[in-house]
Amino acid sequence: MALAMTLSFAARAQDLASFEKRTTVKVLPNGLTLIVCERPEAPVFSFYTLVDAGSADDPQGASGLAHMFEHMAFKGSTEIGTTNYPAEKIALAKVEVAYAAYDAEYRKRVGQDKTKLEQLHKVFEDAQAAAQKYVIPNQFSEIAEQNGAVGVNASTGEDSTQYFWSMPSNRLELWAYLESQRISQPVEREFYKERNVVQEERRMRVDSSPVGRMVEQFLATAYVAHPYRRPNVGWESEISQVTATEASAFHAKYYVPGNIVIAVVGDVKSAETMPILERYFAKIPSGPRPEPMTTVEPPQVAEKSVIIREATQPFYIEGYHRPDYRDPDDSVYDAITDIFSNGRTARLYRSLVRDQIIAAEAQGFSGFPGDKYPGLFAVYAVPLPGHTPDEMRTAIHKEIDRLKNEDVSDAELERFKTRARADLLRGLGDNEGLAHQLAEYQTRFGDWRQLFRELDKINAVNKADIRRVANKIFTDSNRTSARIEFVAPQHPTGGAK
Amino acid sequence: MKGPSTLNTVNLKSRLAALTLPFLLTAIVASAQTTPAAPATPAKTQAVEPWKKIPIPPLHAFKPVQPRRIELANGLVIFLQEDHELPFISGSILIRGGSRDQPADKVGLVSLYGEAWRTSGTATIDGDRLDDQMEAKAASIETEGGTASTSVRWSSLKNDFDTVFAATTDLLLHPAFKADKLDLAKHEMEAGIARRNDDASSIATRVAIQLAYGKDNPYAREAEYATVDAVTLKDLQAWHDRTVVPNNIIVAVSGDFDGPTMEKKLRAAFEPLPRGEAFQSEKITFTDPKQSVNFVDKSDVDQSNVFIVGLGTERSNPDYYALSVMNEVFSGGFGSRVVQDVRTKLGLAYSVGGSFSASYDHPGIFYVQAATKSVSTVPATQALLAEINRLKTNPPTPTELRSAKDQVLNSFIFHYDSPDKTLQEQVTLAFYGYPADTLEKYHDGIEKVTSDDVARVANKYIDVSKLAIVVVGNQSEITPKLDTLGKVTDVDIAIPPPPHGKPAE
Repeated sequence: MALAMTLSFAARAQDLASFEKRTTVKVLPNGLTLIVCERPEAPVFSFYTLVDAGSADDPQGASGLAHMFEHMAFKGSTEIGTTNYPAEKIALAKVEVAYAAYDAEYRKRVGQDKTKLEQLHKVFEDAQAAAQKYVIPNQFSEIAEQNGAVGVNASTGEDSTQYFWSMPSNRLELWAYLESQRISQPVEREFYKERNVVQEERRMRVDSSPVGRMVEQFLATAYVAHPYRRPNVGWESEISQVTATEASAFHAKYYVPGNIVIAVVGDVKSAETMPILERYFAKIPSGPRPEPMTTVEPPQVAEKSVIIREATQPFYIEGYHRPDYRDPDDSVYDAITDIFSNGRTARLYRSLVRDQIIAAEAQGFSGFPGDKYPGLFAVYAVPLPGHTPDEMRTAIHKEIDRLKNEDVSDAELERFKTRARADLLRGLGDNEGLAHQLAEYQTRFGDWRQLFRELDKINAVNKADIRRVANKIFTDSNRTSARIEFVAPQHPTGGAK
Repeated sequence: MKGPSTLNTVNLKSRLAALTLPFLLTAIVASAQTTPAAPATPAKTQAVEPWKKIPIPPLHAFKPVQPRRIELANGLVIFLQEDHELPFISGSILIRGGSRDQPADKVGLVSLYGEAWRTSGTATIDGDRLDDQMEAKAASIETEGGTASTSVRWSSLKNDFDTVFAATTDLLLHPAFKADKLDLAKHEMEAGIARRNDDASSIATRVAIQLAYGKDNPYAREAEYATVDAVTLKDLQAWHDRTVVPNNIIVAVSGDFDGPTMEKKLRAAFEPLPRGEAFQSEKITFTDPKQSVNFVDKSDVDQSNVFIVGLGTERSNPDYYALSVMNEVFSGGFGSRVVQDVRTKLGLAYSVGGSFSASYDHPGIFYVQAATKSVSTVPATQALLAEINRLKTNPPTPTELRSAKDQVLNSFIFHYDSPDKTLQEQVTLAFYGYPADTLEKYHDGIEKVTSDDVARVANKYIDVSKLAIVVVGNQSEITPKLDTLGKVTDVDIAIPPPPHGKPAE
């Protein structure tokens, strides 16, 4: 523990007490949580808006909707991206009516009328063209970028959806306006074109990627009940049929202020900033927080496996169900991840890569595809040429057995704790990272201070915990594996006709 | 969501090298959206535009602290940048000479050197024990082979500086290259070679670079089993002896230290080194590609990766400012033409972008890229070509020009909003022999660019007869056929087999 002392935030008191002095949290009457953290190193700021809803919340039959809505959040609002919103609103309503009529015919299982379908599609296309006349494409993002925003982006995970960028600090109020607009009054304009873009995204990430295809099957196999079984970009049939009406309903249900935390970090004074933020965010109408999910993944009763045989290089991954992030053993999983995977001292590197020379890469990681709900502890290995997924599996199991049957060394345990402390510190010198962390801890624990208090949990991890947890989850019946087995192509690739 | 990308060759190459699963998994887990936008030119703007009424106060006065430059008598250059926010000290040792300078029959040498240098360790401590020592302190020392340079980088808590820096200089001056670690590095490269045809976008990127630069150009050539196999321990030591001399080195240190004390420590470490022979890169020639349609068939995809490529320019080019503005108009953000058209208006691609890119001491690549479903391969390529041509026929409108310049100038602060960025900028400029005030000149240069300037450089530098098209896609799904675009040449991407039948075991 002497080492712990030397690491205790020596420089400019980068500790909880110092952060408490420069971090302000305010929960507005509508339920939205604002966090302002002063870090006046340069006249810039970063924000991170975290919506506590992700693709795990996609409705049945509409996988990919959370992600689709995330795309739509860049399409503007009733005030941005339109030349005449009242007229556009009417035109967009007609698009929905036309699409519903087309969709009803399209989905007919019996007696679909081809001619009628074409006519309905024409009506739908015409309605879109009529609505398009009012659109100023991409105006929302353009205002941001013209005002010096960098890293304009967003992402959708299974657990949450997040929006973020950085800007010069004199644009804080402009940002507050833009952000409040898209949260409170987004407009689902150009929805069906964006739906095509999202399908391209799926083709890129999943359909045309060997590892993407494998991971999709891996999760679909590991989970039987919980939404973690679905790809977060959505199944092709579902994202190709989702509607703007469904996207609006998703927004109404999940983008309520009580479900949103916004963190702002940088050259901002909370005394001046909070009133500005309140002016823009307090007027968003409140709504009931969405009801918590009922589905709990039932215990897995038997090992499951996926074998993909195709003309791509071999790969192996396996996963074991673990509890969600609130579990008292959460930090023990972090310890196992560190000992398995972190750096060239890690067990999987030393065993599979360095000593046995069978893998190019091997790692374990926790909380896949999410950790808000029980996720997987996953381990993968990339075989070297001439080596097989079976060899990866055997070698990984040897390391897992070691973890179950022997204590880890003092050095390994201490290294995990030392690195956790240093990593926390390193993360404090960066507006974007800090905004992310504050928003995430506030959402997950109801208090950003947990970011610092995690270290207590990490320090408490002992060797017996690691063995106990390893024996608890690393069992045959709790395992799902997926692999790619190389099969020679029918005809050689390389421009063959 | 994914923003419009600006890639240079280095990024392209590192994308090719990436074999790491975390990257791949992340790509699947956190699908994200980002759309660049085209310049808005609505017929009649009736909207009130409330954002224009929001006050924008002057930006707080801010002058970034420049690093202190020290040149030793033996030619070694040091940059010191104090930053007391966190209790860490990090440093880099940049050494001239990189993969562009390795022999053609030993492509991979510099990567193998960068890998095996650190994993082998030194005469007094082997790499594995060094791993134990560093990781116990949450510290790191890493070596790497790059395109123009190799490097040693270290980082630690400030209290560990003396021991970590001592280990760093030990590694710099007394490496002990080991056969087992060279073999390990070779195995990893062989895995990369074996896997390089699995991912369609990597294939497209690789073929695009080879078409732009020429297959045998040092910026484009690929490591093969044979060239990796040819590298010996002697080659690593010879490379080291040739490059690691003080007059080829720039050392940069940043973090929580006292300047004069740090200077003393660095002088003590580096002043005794005798000056050596300055590293000279051989002159590399560049030839524009020929107008052509090049195709790679990949039967397991439902999306085509399309690239249109040619040669770019150098940053020292006086037209660089106008070309930068042209890039913004063309593909620089959500409002740029190519994103606005191909992604937003036509819905033909999620990933779309491009840049007439500039490197510091050789031509960058002009590329335009999109990934689109198989059946839209031809229309998407035609849309990209149309946007390229429109650069010449339609100079930026006043709105486009303003928007492009605003984007560059209003975000300018992000070039120097941390002491480390300021330091890295100065190191890069010094490495390539650019003046220290290059960034200020860039700012002023951008401000002066007019629409006529953009039109002039578009006509001067863009010539479709010197652009090659690359498509990687599923031939059985592509309709209309690719020959709609011109005569199609099939690109052979078959991986040459290892010299001894199979990769070294």
